[in-house]
Amino acid sequence: MTDTPRSEDRPNRRFSGTDRYIATEDLSTAVNAAVTLGRPILIKGEPGTGKTQLAEEIARSMDKPLLQWHIKSTTKAQQGLYEYDAVARLRDSQLGDERVHDIANYIVRGPLWEAFEQDTQPVLLIDEIDKADIEFPNDLLRELDRMEFYVYETHQTVVAKHRPIIVITSNNEKELPDAFLRRCFFHYIQFPDRETMADIVEVHYPGLKKELLKESLEAFYRLRDVPGLKKKPSTSELLDWLKLLLAEDIPPEALNSDDRRKIMPPLHGALLKNEQDVHLFERLIFLHQRDAR
Amino acid sequence: MLVEFFFHLKKGGLKVSVTEFLALLEALQHGLAQYSIDEFYYLARTCLVKDESLYDRFDRVFAAHFKGIEQIFGPSGADIPDEWLRQQFEKLFTDEEKAQIEAMDWDEMMETLKKRLEEQNERHEGGNKWIGTGGTSPFGSGGFNPAGIRIGGQGGQRSGVKVWEKREYRNLDDSLELGTRNLKVALRRLRRFARQGAADELDLSGTIDSTARNAGWLDIRMRPERHNAVKVLLLLDAGGSMDDHVRVCEELFSAASSEFKHMEYFYFHNCVYEGLWKDNRRRHTQRTPTMDVLHKYAADYKLIFVGDATMSPYEITYAGGSVEHFNEEPGAQWMQRLLDTYPKAIWLNPEPQNRWPHTPSIKIINQLMEERMFPLTVNGLEQGMRELS
Repeated sequence: MTDTPRSEDRPNRRFSGTDRYIATEDLSTAVNAAVTLGRPILIKGEPGTGKTQLAEEIARSMDKPLLQWHIKSTTKAQQGLYEYDAVARLRDSQLGDERVHDIANYIVRGPLWEAFEQDTQPVLLIDEIDKADIEFPNDLLRELDRMEFYVYETHQTVVAKHRPIIVITSNNEKELPDAFLRRCFFHYIQFPDRETMADIVEVHYPGLKKELLKESLEAFYRLRDVPGLKKKPSTSELLDWLKLLLAEDIPPEALNSDDRRKIMPPLHGALLKNEQDVHLFERLIFLHQRDAR
Repeated sequence: MLVEFFFHLKKGGLKVSVTEFLALLEALQHGLAQYSIDEFYYLARTCLVKDESLYDRFDRVFAAHFKGIEQIFGPSGADIPDEWLRQQFEKLFTDEEKAQIEAMDWDEMMETLKKRLEEQNERHEGGNKWIGTGGTSPFGSGGFNPAGIRIGGQGGQRSGVKVWEKREYRNLDDSLELGTRNLKVALRRLRRFARQGAADELDLSGTIDSTARNAGWLDIRMRPERHNAVKVLLLLDAGGSMDDHVRVCEELFSAASSEFKHMEYFYFHNCVYEGLWKDNRRRHTQRTPTMDVLHKYAADYKLIFVGDATMSPYEITYAGGSVEHFNEEPGAQWMQRLLDTYPKAIWLNPEPQNRWPHTPSIKIINQLMEERMFPLTVNGLEQGMRELS
């Protein structure tokens, strides 16, 4: 069992979305639970549903500093704590530099260490944890549980001043180990339904014409429902598309499906990111038109 | 009450640990879910379930355990109107059964209704659509819930269905069929990294070590980069009874092709014989002798068959049994040759597993494969990959 958070760690207010991020009730419940208990929260969901942005928005709404750690396939857990720059020390030793006598000069702090040293409770984003090696999450168990780690080179233990709010995102490319999952809270961001989507669009493009919103959402969800698409368009793609529609000043009528002369929705390149999907969609429309005749 | 819930979850097949359960209690102690059962549901899900494919299972257990609980939380749990219930009976039971029911008392009646509903769900999943798709039932054609007897929400003043009764996460349940994405995730289990090729990466610890041995003079060591070294030989059944499964197989194929560096594929029809082909349209003109395949690809390739193994048993066991040509040696012998060459082999079968015992040819193939046949679902694929790795 982890320690209960100290009182100064308590959030100044509950997270319930921001002026530019719509959080559904289940998402805010999950975030608030993680913040209150000082547990990391693991966020999964389709690409483009705002997993990464969540951390930014938590930091912004609670007025806390945000630290980011983006994971790649080559990232090691140790890099999040600290790195011992042996090459620099080796070079200095060959050059006879004085700094070489203090090993602490060659310890480079990682994002986790930085987060532990913050004077106020920070938000730490560990982005796309599934990209790393399979052993990666296991190497962070103690660090996430006790929020402390040991530096072998300098024989010191780094303890978090304030338990950071840790947001971890995953795209499901690898399964995460049970021991790791047990230490996290978990939330799966469901693809937003039409109403939530309308709210999301409203936040990003306030005052969008009702007609355009209705027609574009119509076209968007119709596109998502096409069976066999390799990559379904997501929220972020819808927002990009709307931006283009606005910039090009496309009239809402152009999106209407009853207009059979139009073959593809205008500027579909923002929604379909795969030429096979575009072909598939074209074929479907062709079939549809033939049937309609 | 919550301890009961914990065990209920365990029984429902969710791997919930005590730590997670304590975390939920701690969260409740901090007053995180005071106002509604919805909040409690979200909180419990966040604390206890760590995989979206288990959300649906959680929803079912939650619904079963907390039926009727809204009455404690708020005024919304109106009694189920008798009229409404009666209508359900009308729809669900036959006339004889109705007569029997009239003889029962209320509790018994509820029990029977509940049993019937549960039973129907099972049968429904089995493909026998008892509750028709016409949508006359408020349970819906797809989203029926075994705890649906908690219908107070619908019959009373509350408008919608409970969140957990919507069962939005059904299609994430991993006993269901695969999507391309799921496939990729499962196939990634096979990844094995190894260092091969040109030495173009600095071996830091090696360099430091050899420099130290070299009395402090820099001695740089290099090593090759890590690559995924898994080799896969994929044999796909095409045509005939496989037509129904072609889409699934294509997905498996597309998922697989991006996953491995060395992946070779060939098609066969029903059972492997002396020839395989790469292009299904030119299957009769451009064949590769199976012997060549055996010789060309080394034993460290992992062999994956994909096929429904549904055919006449003669096609496997007899010379000349093939439906397409005259085969001089029985398919079983070719199977055996392949299996002898490639010790790591599995057969993925898109047919539902419950039908396997009823098809003799599946039994024969499974015997040949030494029971290494797995259903083409996420679960099955994972078991298969474990067998291969």
